[in-house]
Amino acid sequence: MRTLALNAAVSLIPDGASLMIGGFMGVGTPERVVDELVRQGKRDLTVIANDTALPGTGIGKLISAGLVRKVIASHIGLNPETQKKMIAGEIQVELVPQGTLIERIRAGGFGLGGILTATGVGTVVEEGKQKVAVAGKDYLVEPALRADFALVNAFLADYLGNLTYALTGRNFNPVIAMAAETVIVEADNIVPVGLISPDHVVTPAPLVDYLIAQG
Amino acid sequence: MDAQTIIARRIALELRDGMLVNLGIGIPTQVANYVPRDIHVFFQSENGLIGTGAVPDEGMHHRLLTDAGGRPVTALPGACTFDSAMSFGLIRGGHLDMTVLGGLQVDQSGHLANWMIPGKMVPGMGGAMDLASGAKRVVIAMQHTAKGNSKLVKKCTLPLTSARPIDLLVTELAVIAFPGGRATLQETAPGVSIQQVLDATEAELEVPAQVPAMAL
Repeated sequence: MRTLALNAAVSLIPDGASLMIGGFMGVGTPERVVDELVRQGKRDLTVIANDTALPGTGIGKLISAGLVRKVIASHIGLNPETQKKMIAGEIQVELVPQGTLIERIRAGGFGLGGILTATGVGTVVEEGKQKVAVAGKDYLVEPALRADFALVNAFLADYLGNLTYALTGRNFNPVIAMAAETVIVEADNIVPVGLISPDHVVTPAPLVDYLIAQG
Repeated sequence: MDAQTIIARRIALELRDGMLVNLGIGIPTQVANYVPRDIHVFFQSENGLIGTGAVPDEGMHHRLLTDAGGRPVTALPGACTFDSAMSFGLIRGGHLDMTVLGGLQVDQSGHLANWMIPGKMVPGMGGAMDLASGAKRVVIAMQHTAKGNSKLVKKCTLPLTSARPIDLLVTELAVIAFPGGRATLQETAPGVSIQQVLDATEAELEVPAQVPAMAL
């Protein structure tokens, strides 16, 4: 794990990169990283996240700034800009049931090729997908998802990179931290090693590539 | 009592002590206001919380503690938080006793459409498909009609949320179950006649000999 200044960490992300971003309606999204992505004017990003938040909040800022080419998410309903850009053909949107999305990411991080889920069977979600029967029940084959970068928001990070999360800020964060080539963490608090007890570490330090220094 | 209150109060009577329950956005959220006093129910927010409490007092919110709509909530004593994989493992894995969801259409075989209107509203399904497919019991809170048209239809014309039929539909006029895949009138709202329910319903509705009124 290396500690980097915000601008240096975000400079690692090239145009066209795929990004998994933590957060649920902006809660648990690394806001400083998002702001720096906008400031550096990245282009053609693919964003994999639960939702696109609201205009002016979290991932919504990336949408408003026109940095995003493709979104893979479960919900865009509270961001009218995402819907407008989708209808105008400016952004490609792949909508995935929330439980399927997080489990595809989990599979990507856990070395699995994909998952079988009954969610979506008999709906438009099954179109174009392989269906298999196991013990008499139909499941969709949903492939694993990985990304170039995971942009994680932790509540506590210690100097080694062990992470914990707070309240509903956890959501996608510990799961995406397993599923990307490079993991960049923005922590609300950076604390001495030992302050997070071993039983309370959620994301082990070896998973973290870069911890962004406090500004 | 207005339509939403009737629906929320009637669904609250389905709650049992110790249940793990997920409430959707809209009328379903109001069910939490009518939990019978003598039982304890665990409410899940799918963004990663069991023990969801009321809206916090002014100035007492925490930016990392919200419901699935992103609104500030409190956490009750004994609450716990977890990631989204755990949250949907609870939902799909048979651990969620009941979900209460809103509906755009329910058809006479119990199929639910509640997540999109092609060409008009494409918000994404969020957690609705997992909830409708995975919860042990699926209860729908829905106004009986919209702009004079029945929302309890012969066959859903909107995209389905799940191929699995719902268990119970509660409207401001009636309670309807789907035994054997047939919409069957269980109860009428106070002061509502069976004929009024039938007049407001497009679906073919089975009417048993005895139809009690909701015990609100």
